[in-house]
Amino acid sequence: MGIQIAFWILAIVGVVAALAVVLLRDIFRAALALILCFLIVAGIYVTLNADFLAAMQVLIYVGAISVLIILAIMLTRDIQRGSPSNKLRIPAFVVAILFLGVVVFTMTNTAWQVASVSPQEPTVPVLATKLFGEDGFILPVEIVPLLLLAAVLGAIVLVREK
Amino acid sequence: MSLLDTSPINWATTGTLSPDWPGGYWLHWVVFTIIILVFVLAMVMGFIYIERRFVARIQSRLGPNRAGLFGLLQPVFDAIKVLVKEDIVPAGGDKLVHWWAPVVAFVPALMIFVVIPFQDGALLADLNIGILYVVAVGSVGMVGVFMAGWGSNNKYSVIGAMRAVAQIITYEIPLGLAIISVVLLSGSLSLNEIVNSQNIPFILLQPLGFLIYFVSACAELNRTPFDLLEADSEIVAGYHIEYSGMKFAIFYLAEYIEALAVSAIITALFLSGWRGPLLPPWLWFLIKVVVVFMFIVWVRGTIPRLRVDHAMALSWKFLLPVALLNLFITSIEVILWPLVLPWPIILLNLAIMVVLILLWSRFFKLGGGRVEV
Repeated sequence: MGIQIAFWILAIVGVVAALAVVLLRDIFRAALALILCFLIVAGIYVTLNADFLAAMQVLIYVGAISVLIILAIMLTRDIQRGSPSNKLRIPAFVVAILFLGVVVFTMTNTAWQVASVSPQEPTVPVLATKLFGEDGFILPVEIVPLLLLAAVLGAIVLVREK
Repeated sequence: MSLLDTSPINWATTGTLSPDWPGGYWLHWVVFTIIILVFVLAMVMGFIYIERRFVARIQSRLGPNRAGLFGLLQPVFDAIKVLVKEDIVPAGGDKLVHWWAPVVAFVPALMIFVVIPFQDGALLADLNIGILYVVAVGSVGMVGVFMAGWGSNNKYSVIGAMRAVAQIITYEIPLGLAIISVVLLSGSLSLNEIVNSQNIPFILLQPLGFLIYFVSACAELNRTPFDLLEADSEIVAGYHIEYSGMKFAIFYLAEYIEALAVSAIITALFLSGWRGPLLPPWLWFLIKVVVVFMFIVWVRGTIPRLRVDHAMALSWKFLLPVALLNLFITSIEVILWPLVLPWPIILLNLAIMVVLILLWSRFFKLGGGRVEV
């Protein structure tokens, strides 16, 4: 019961925030709505017993990515009026509707697997053994940072003077 | 499995409540929410008084001593003064964002106290992600600073907000690495478990980690060696320059709540939290929190403000490599020594700290007078 109430509150606020992101003309407010959206997703993770994932969602999306977005916005001119020269409203709308249709179609037509076991109570040790333990995902965990490092070095090389 | 309709306290606490603490999910929630609110407000009042008097002593003056006994009522009168002030929203500012900014800055600061243990098991929710939750929630307050800077329609407040955010992001990395070193030693993310595992305070096993955490936390608090975002001689007052009345009071309060949170986290992570001989646990906790805060104030009263590029360089060129080395050394120690014989490790760690700091201060070079931010 409580979980249902929590889900519906999160779902409604999340959808409203997501609509605000695309409908608001003031792009700074849109970014703030996006941050609210990220927080709502973290809340949904909490209701699914994925507390580690929720903390990571807040830390990375709210703490880092949203800051990047806002800093980019601060470099934009005349943000309160939106972008008057933009002629892509209708094509973007059509693409978005198509995408929504595809997603809804996939969601309703997939036989989703539901775990029969109840979730593990302290999630962190389980996650740690899965990621770093023997026959876990240690190789992908090591490869991803290497990829990120390569990307960071590439970015530095691209923007460096001389 | 859901969270709320299973047995009362299985999710909120791991059943470590001592019998004299109220059980039952909602009762537990109500009681601890009230305790946290009272604790935070009382301590913040006390902190404001301590800070003003203590800084005054450092600067050879008296400080507020007229209102009430020893000036104890000064924070109360300040609060009343601020409450009756006019609330001004600058013309051309974003009214909605301007209104919400103090709320967004205030709430995460208060939310940190959910996981802080006042004594064994006496906390609102013993989350198994404890300290990670603190770091995550702490990063949300930054959005409030951004909103305040932007919604004020003032170039100084935008510069202040930019500086604040740059500083918080920069210092979050050594802060996180110092926390991970502590987590390695205790083997748990839950703050209650971390305190329980400290038979000797981690400040002895992690002297370098403590220093890194302390410096980074001071930077996150935007207190004086790092208060570039409100450097009065450069940018007037930073992100809350256009705030007055109650909204300003909320920002002011949020800053002190964050200082209280940092003191409580340092107490839990490095000073063995509520543990101590003779006195009751909650009193030990309070004493340690106040001592840590007085240490923070002492630093504030002693060290002058850094320049912007220096503050950035300190984190990237000094704290980050030293924190990485500290993490590396700690993991080796955790694997090789099963912490049965603490004294050699304590001495070794102290030696490592001295060597690393001396070594790195030789490497540490600033931009040769060039400002590059």
